[in-house]
Amino acid sequence: MIRLIKRPAPSPLWSLATPVVAVILTMIAGGIMFAALGKDPFEAIRVIFWDPLFHERFASYSRPQLLIKAGPLILIAIGLSLGFRAGIWNIGAEGQYIIGAICGAGFGLAFYPSENPLIFPGMVVAGALGGWAWAMIPAILKTRFRTNEILVSLLLVYVAEAILATAATGFLRNPEGSGFPGSRNLARHAGTDNPELIANTGMHWGVVAAFIAVIAAYVLLNRHILGYQIKLAGQAPRAARFAGVNPTRLIILCLGVSGALAGMAGLFEVSGPAGQISIDFGVGYGFTAIIVAFLGRLHPVGILLAGLLMALTYIGGELAQLMLGVPASAIQAFQGMLLFFLLALDVLSNYRITFGAEAKA
Amino acid sequence: MIDPVTLIVALIAASTPILLAAIGELVVEKSGVLNLGVEGMMIMGAVCGFAIAVNTGSPWIGFVAGAIGGAALSMIFAFLTQVLLSNQVATGLALTLFGLGLASLIGEGYSGINPPLTPDLFPQAMREIPVIGPILFGHDIIIYFSILLVAAVWVFLYSTRAGLILRAVGESHDAAHALGYKVIRIRFMAIAFGGACAGLGGAYLSLVRVPSWTEGMTAGAGWIALAIVVFASWKPWRALIGAYLFGGIAALQLRLQAAEISVPVWVLDSSPYIVTIIVLVIISSDKTRSALNAPAALGRVFHSTR
Repeated sequence: MIRLIKRPAPSPLWSLATPVVAVILTMIAGGIMFAALGKDPFEAIRVIFWDPLFHERFASYSRPQLLIKAGPLILIAIGLSLGFRAGIWNIGAEGQYIIGAICGAGFGLAFYPSENPLIFPGMVVAGALGGWAWAMIPAILKTRFRTNEILVSLLLVYVAEAILATAATGFLRNPEGSGFPGSRNLARHAGTDNPELIANTGMHWGVVAAFIAVIAAYVLLNRHILGYQIKLAGQAPRAARFAGVNPTRLIILCLGVSGALAGMAGLFEVSGPAGQISIDFGVGYGFTAIIVAFLGRLHPVGILLAGLLMALTYIGGELAQLMLGVPASAIQAFQGMLLFFLLALDVLSNYRITFGAEAKA
Repeated sequence: MIDPVTLIVALIAASTPILLAAIGELVVEKSGVLNLGVEGMMIMGAVCGFAIAVNTGSPWIGFVAGAIGGAALSMIFAFLTQVLLSNQVATGLALTLFGLGLASLIGEGYSGINPPLTPDLFPQAMREIPVIGPILFGHDIIIYFSILLVAAVWVFLYSTRAGLILRAVGESHDAAHALGYKVIRIRFMAIAFGGACAGLGGAYLSLVRVPSWTEGMTAGAGWIALAIVVFASWKPWRALIGAYLFGGIAALQLRLQAAEISVPVWVLDSSPYIVTIIVLVIISSDKTRSALNAPAALGRVFHSTR
């Protein structure tokens, strides 16, 4: 008889080991999935995890992509992780990302064709404010009316997508675009562009912001009373209340920060890699960031590594599509599988597994 | 001009997938488990039902396959949350993300195909009775089944011993465990039922409502179903009212768009989601009602020490 005995505190060894084991198990399960699709599993895994970095022909293209894809994932996941730690579930980051992009792009386009160097910083602020405002809707409804923030934040993603479609075909449409949907190209206009800072690295302002967010979150969680309160509210809500933690303030703060970071991520994306507001601007970074946050164990440094790994599966997935004809959806299933294995293995860090009946009760 | 009779008929069809998913989730939550993977189970049901119906030529086998697909996916959730004691919120989210990916993978090559037709239940003559004909008799069997299912769940929860045990597990798993009830087994069954209902709802979407397969076709229906359970304060008949209310808004906004009234398209497109949020706010702001009806053990991990 296998029994689970709760550990007094999570095992530090297993907390570090589970993401690694989960990745390995996902590779095995993913290999089986690729074999079922009629692809060579070993080749598929190699194309996804190895070739983007070391393939002699594709690596020069895909290496910079690593930071381009990881930037928004890390930036969003850092924000989400604060809330997740405190038991506040913002799962609508995709919507905050879209609204941030629309607000930031709208700010930049309002001054078109000016090339004033202050426009881009203004766009960043507008993007952050847009995402923040969108996240304030579930936050205020939660604090004022106790409305479930999971459902509200998620439902607002669909509202944001409807606004995006209107923006691309209506109020932000390029007036010189001969009627095609999509805004002016922000990336090709000095003043509104988010350029590659160091050639061939993929480094843009969004990646810089992501690194800053990692450091800030680390300091916050380890050196600041607020970080302590976030952790306390998640682990022992009752104790947190007695310790004078104000739950309303915490909800406003966690949702606000994650919304602002997601909004900034959207702005950096629309002014850089994506280039313009288009109907298909939302590609699911906001949802993948949830996986990144968990894969990184809600720890800033872990999220940094997890974001890079998840970016790798995106790029590797595109490569596998190109080279092996693996469908794009297989990668999405692959990423979902990773989260499953991770959650399943968490049992090892929180519980001790013993064999044999009736040990000490 | 909007014809009220066709609007009601469209409303019932639009509500049925959400109603099926909501009534399944209601039973799951009554057993004390919060499964946020409804969207993922629905889309699995949609793709499994569609693929099987196209390949066999029978919509009935398709509906069964949809229910099985949803239930199969829900078993991953059940295993993770009940046996491996994982966080229910995170696992439910994972189920949705994984389900969306897996469903598009299975659905490769099925877009643009028409599924076999699901016939209406009653003969032509009955359906042609003015006004009440289309409203009462103008539907396929799944719609009648969904209403019967609401009645069955209501009877089960409040008039049978098994239903009482299920509710006891949802109110206090420790007390139920102490009385000798198999908490984990009961929850497994509830989760499977919820998965099957969501899958059936998804299959109804792809086989009747749309009817075709497109990636991400559930478009938040699973999340609306979750909201309806809260709206219904965990009461079966109120879930029916809730689902029909939202179906009504979805059906109405499509007609308003066709009528080209002067409301921005994005407002109409997002109206089912916005109204869902507004209703959630109204329900949750009523402190006494929402707090009294939520199952006390909802979302809590059950770990028996012996």
